[in-house]
Amino acid sequence: MSQPFRLPAGGLIDRTRTIRFVFAGRAYHGHVGDTLASALLANGIHFVARSFKYHRPRGIVSAGPEEPNALVQLGLGPHEEPNARATTVELYDGLVAAPVNAWPSLRFDVGAATGLAAPLLVPGFYYKTFKGPLWRPLFEPLIRRMAGLGTAPTEPDGDRYERMNAHCDVLVVGAGPAGLEAALEAARTGARVVIACDAPLLGGTLVDRAERAEWLANAVAELSASKDVRILVRTTIFGYYDDNYLCGVERAASGEPGPRERLWKIRAGRVVLATGAHERPLVFADNDRPGIMLASAARAYIHRFGVAPGRRAVVFANNDDGLSVERDLAAAGVEVAAVLDLRDGEAVVATEGRRRLRRVETASGRRIDCDLLVVSGGWNPAVHLFCQAGGTLRWDDRLAAFLPDRARQKLEIVGAAAGEGLSPPGNALSVPPRRRRAKCFVDYQTDTTADDIALAAQEGMRSVEHMKRYTTAGLGTDQGKTGNVAAFVLLAAARGVSPAETGTTTFRPPYTPVTFGAIAGRDVGALADPVRTTPLHDEHVAAGAVFEDVGQWKRPRYYPRAGEDMEAAVARECRAVRESLGMLDASTLGKIVLQGPDVGSFLDRIYTGRMSTLAVGRCRYGIMCRDDGMVFDDGVVARLDKERWLVSTTTGNAASVLDWFEEWLQTEWTELDVSCTSVTEHWAVVTFAGPRAPALFPELGDMRPMRVVETTLDGIPARIATVSFTGGPSFEVSVPAPYAEALWRAGLAAGAVPFGTEAMHVLRAEMGYFMVGQETDGSTTPLDLGLERLVAWDKEFLGRRSLRRPAHALSGRRQLVGLKPVAPVIEGAQIEPGPGHVTSSYRTAVLAMVANGRARIGEEVNVLFEGRRVAARIVEPRFASPGSAPVPGPPLNVTMPQMAATPMASVRAAPEALERLLGLRPETPNSVAEGDGFRILWLGPDEFLIVGEADLSGTRNVDVTFNREILHIADRGILAKGCGLDLDPRAFPPGRCAQTLLARAQVILEARPEEMLVYVRRSYARYLQDWLADAARR
Amino acid sequence: MLLIPCPFCGPRDEVEFRYGGEAGIVRPKDPDALSDAEWADYLYMRHNPKGRLEERWFHVHGCRRWFTIARSTATHEIERE
Amino acid sequence: MRYSFLTLAREALSGHRGWRPLWRDAAPRGRYEVVIVGAGGHGLATAYYLARNHGITDVAVLEKGWLGGGNTARNTTIVRSNYLWDESAALYEHSLKLWEGLAEELDFNLMFSQRGVLNLAHNLHDVREGRRRVEANRRNGIDAEWLGPAEVKKLCPPIDVSPTARYPVLGATLQRRGGVARHDAVAWGYARAADARGVDIVENCEVTGFRIEAGRVRGVETTRGYIAANRVGLVAAGHSSVLAALAGFRLPIQSHPLQALVSEPLKPVLPCVVMSNAVHVYVSQSDKGELVIGAGIDAYNSYAQRGAFHVIESQMGALLELFPTFSRLKMMRSWGGIVDVCPDASPIIGKTPIENLFINCGWGTGGFKATPGSGWVFAHLLATGEPHPLAAPFALERFSTGVLVDEHGAAAVAH
Repeated sequence: MSQPFRLPAGGLIDRTRTIRFVFAGRAYHGHVGDTLASALLANGIHFVARSFKYHRPRGIVSAGPEEPNALVQLGLGPHEEPNARATTVELYDGLVAAPVNAWPSLRFDVGAATGLAAPLLVPGFYYKTFKGPLWRPLFEPLIRRMAGLGTAPTEPDGDRYERMNAHCDVLVVGAGPAGLEAALEAARTGARVVIACDAPLLGGTLVDRAERAEWLANAVAELSASKDVRILVRTTIFGYYDDNYLCGVERAASGEPGPRERLWKIRAGRVVLATGAHERPLVFADNDRPGIMLASAARAYIHRFGVAPGRRAVVFANNDDGLSVERDLAAAGVEVAAVLDLRDGEAVVATEGRRRLRRVETASGRRIDCDLLVVSGGWNPAVHLFCQAGGTLRWDDRLAAFLPDRARQKLEIVGAAAGEGLSPPGNALSVPPRRRRAKCFVDYQTDTTADDIALAAQEGMRSVEHMKRYTTAGLGTDQGKTGNVAAFVLLAAARGVSPAETGTTTFRPPYTPVTFGAIAGRDVGALADPVRTTPLHDEHVAAGAVFEDVGQWKRPRYYPRAGEDMEAAVARECRAVRESLGMLDASTLGKIVLQGPDVGSFLDRIYTGRMSTLAVGRCRYGIMCRDDGMVFDDGVVARLDKERWLVSTTTGNAASVLDWFEEWLQTEWTELDVSCTSVTEHWAVVTFAGPRAPALFPELGDMRPMRVVETTLDGIPARIATVSFTGGPSFEVSVPAPYAEALWRAGLAAGAVPFGTEAMHVLRAEMGYFMVGQETDGSTTPLDLGLERLVAWDKEFLGRRSLRRPAHALSGRRQLVGLKPVAPVIEGAQIEPGPGHVTSSYRTAVLAMVANGRARIGEEVNVLFEGRRVAARIVEPRFASPGSAPVPGPPLNVTMPQMAATPMASVRAAPEALERLLGLRPETPNSVAEGDGFRILWLGPDEFLIVGEADLSGTRNVDVTFNREILHIADRGILAKGCGLDLDPRAFPPGRCAQTLLARAQVILEARPEEMLVYVRRSYARYLQDWLADAARR
Repeated sequence: MLLIPCPFCGPRDEVEFRYGGEAGIVRPKDPDALSDAEWADYLYMRHNPKGRLEERWFHVHGCRRWFTIARSTATHEIERE
Repeated sequence: MRYSFLTLAREALSGHRGWRPLWRDAAPRGRYEVVIVGAGGHGLATAYYLARNHGITDVAVLEKGWLGGGNTARNTTIVRSNYLWDESAALYEHSLKLWEGLAEELDFNLMFSQRGVLNLAHNLHDVREGRRRVEANRRNGIDAEWLGPAEVKKLCPPIDVSPTARYPVLGATLQRRGGVARHDAVAWGYARAADARGVDIVENCEVTGFRIEAGRVRGVETTRGYIAANRVGLVAAGHSSVLAALAGFRLPIQSHPLQALVSEPLKPVLPCVVMSNAVHVYVSQSDKGELVIGAGIDAYNSYAQRGAFHVIESQMGALLELFPTFSRLKMMRSWGGIVDVCPDASPIIGKTPIENLFINCGWGTGGFKATPGSGWVFAHLLATGEPHPLAAPFALERFSTGVLVDEHGAAAVAH
């Protein structure tokens, strides 16, 4: 139980609670409130680490995040963490830690042998050697094994992480005196304030120095009592991004339930940086022995933790503040053997002690026994965030430091971070060694010495960036917080210029290392990306479907029956379509309603073919190109009415095509009157394909191909189109999403065989129909696909001019053909003579893109893959010719369920026109007007969502009742975990609405007096419900 | 994360938007009248300045409107009214 | 001075006093045969091959900041040649072959580590494209293999190949000769070798204008005075459009931030380079032990060498989807480069509208791996005035003819 260096009183630890921990295989005790470092020091342990390159014994240097030495492998199994800083790890009962760079043990470290080779291990030695044949087999693996610090865990993370968005008027970073004052001042104006500090307690140096205790207590009390002040302790603001967007990570106190860390993303009106300063060591011979510590650290261990960092100390500093630590030491009962002021020419010129400091030697020749050397080389203001924000620095000779110069973004920098109140150091940060070979460390963690920096300068590394990269100074996990300035000063000296001229390296996020898991937050595992599902998903699961990922969608690939493999299942599904009846869930295809007088003219410009001549009730297949002439998407256009059209897109491009339409309509062809509305999720689509399909619809049985009718099924609105991708009879039936299940079951009852995407691919390939993204690859034109007949050259369309560029008249373009190989070939196989490759390969049909292929029909070629060569003949891309003769069968007998749903309609109108029609309108954008039995959400300049019963006749509207589901959320805090909007009731009061992102789903939020309504696209609803459930649980 | 001023919705996070690049590129009215080089100029050539850029954004997850702002590509600062 | 273990040992005995600067701190002269704008890897390689292959040493390489401080210092150091189209494959494979002997040739260890590059496939589309690439690569004499999930796991144990993953690993392409190299060393190695052959490398010398007479470039205005030159080559990734504007023409280029980050240093854990297009991230482990991680570009045009945090958030989500055991590792440092992206994700190497002014740009996110090959073919262009056969398909005029080399459209992971 003994903690021999624990002071009898003082510190903010809880002496009533003693806890046990293990370091380097030995058990020790500490108190609640300790860090691992303070607990080790209380037990007299300074030697905690081996250095990176020379494996020299190293001790605890600091008491904070700037620690260069005391890195440990923390925890076990699912809680293991490499490279944890002992100075910031809060002690908990049962903590297990080990040094990171020592084998087999800290005391007997084989790696220490590298010290013998130290004269060879100068900066860049590896660039000059090992270039020959032994590099790969021998030296590279050796160097890699020697490099690195901790060990990556091998088990999945046992903890979870949280993300949180926040908004405030003032964000104060740092809770020392300057930060607290700024927070108090802001809070008193009624502003929304966030104050963040990385320590577990507010107070900063006031705690470390035990100063102004009463003022601190009052300040903390006042801030805690202010309801618009959010206090984030254990929270490191690590990144300052554009437009006052800052990111921080909050660590849970040990034993606290819930997430291990919480990532804060804060948009602040104004930022106050009160980030303090880091004390820096002095550079002198053997300045790295365990027992050598910064003055600020000695103070913190005494006052915050009640630990004496040694028994007999020497103080060595170049500034008054550093020297004054003598008083703290003396008050704590530490004998101060000497106080050396570098400004007076006194200095430590050598140290002794293998695993712990034993003695120092001074410039005047004194040899002083001691177990603690407290050093101070002045202070480096913590300007990291200031620079990340875009601020510039200037060199200050008086403080021998870089200070904030010009700020960018709305911020102030105050206190020590601005250089205020820092004790000016003397000129020197370093003491030349007596022995030439003695190592004077500048950057402890990377083992960079003063000689290394001089050598880098000698070798032409004149820029600080070159010096940093050549010596690796500042590249450790501490990113040079304590060492960088000394390194720059030494480089400047070697070049004979001022540090003002050499400057500093760039400060980049993060301020301190940030856990990957905290950055990823909830977006891992099942929530890594939304899973989009159709209304028939449960049916598919119940039928044992094997799914494939198509973008975010899950689509059934095939439905194996007992004993069937994929090939057998697909063959059976294809046979059903060719011979009787199959059905496919086609709900994932994009569906866009276009309205207005100019739709035909618009679609003429969008598609290569002519659409404006399409008659009402007819469908036409079309291809659209980007303006560079390459195939972008394809689909069927249906004219439902004179001014109402429906466009279908591929599954993967549904969103892109809608965006594409909007882009051209809004930014280029503003003279066209066309409105676009996505109805992809409002409608579910089942395609009935096969000779028995016509019999399903006796009243439509003689419907010719490429027709569309709007009708009802058991009283429910439905749309039936005779669109075929299989070549045979095909009826595509659309019903509102909740009725899909009844339709599907009616199909099953009528004997339809469900088929998946694999059979669909086989069937379309047999017809020689291309698939966007399979036959095309972004360098494919409609001409390459042999689809000249779908190109209307006599009108302007996107891509037309590009198709007349010389490239498209050149010989050698890859063209779509069929292949008849003598044995199965794989997709991606190459064709010789080529170039060419197989794009689709099924048992019954093989398609390929082959140079000049259309002119080579009948030619014998070889197909190359997996080192094999299979002979094949180029053929027309057509492998089946299904008849159109219907086969009798039972009709489709659908019984639709009864259900009530609040109607929703998308209305496109000018606000005044809407008001004339409905008698009211929302007053401001993104607000809600409440009418009699309906609400109006104003979503875009001319776009409204009407929720409820309203007479909309005479407006341009689309029924979108089932496009979205509505979720009811009482706790806005849950939404803030995944939504960047300011959801404070003052900023987002009842009556407001907004379209935004929640997690990875696009939503409409509507604030009601008692709750928030979340309108989510139907296919994302399950994902979002899972996400919300997970967010609510934690 | 830029804070982008949508003319309809007000300032919103960058993730709600899609970028549309340089503004003011007009699709030629009569593409056939252009040489291949002139067509390439419209299709591909961009000023890509370092400094002030008038650029298009699309509020894809919000009001779904395209608009133009001026922003510095050197500092990311957006000119706001 | 030739570098070797022996010279190192000798210097160690004499206190390392004999080492000379890797390159001279040259002051610019008033005239050169060739001026190269941009002392990144590509510019320095160009200078080196001008001297080595063409005997032209009256060359200055001008750098506005510090040598190798642009994208050479900011990339994720991946080297591979498994490009889809024949034109790209030939260029990058030429480059990879040069990489394989480069350390000995430059007398500088570039820490080139041929640890293999895996490109994971997560859906049927990826599988098809991956297999196509493997077969296309093999036809071009480039080593390529297709691995199933079990083989992926065997090669790279930390990858999660379980079928229950959100996007399970269905297979991967593997180029064993691909790998990583130490980025700074490439710039320094070329700089030293070019300097040794007499090339002047002039740092802190920004080009502010071009002197053009009768459609022909005569020299460059710089912050260190006017420098006349018979031929000028622009190799300033991240600044190409700005230089082109100074010379009075436009490029089909957009400049975007590309962020990358490293973890804290770890003992060896990742034996190869892993890239994924569908779960968008790529990662390798450096010889210092850091995991080097990159992903997509920021959406907007920028020269600020900074990006937004949400890009990092998606990148980390993607990384943990592939490597759940990396969750407790920590991001140590992040940064941003500026990538000049062409519409077809292929570079531009060739003549400009100005006579004797040549350009090498538009490498997008993939320039580092091309450094030796790019320098080789650009030196040829500067020396002869005509494109090297490997570079001919990458001329600026392809945007008029429409004969693009669309690695982007071909669903490549363009990194």
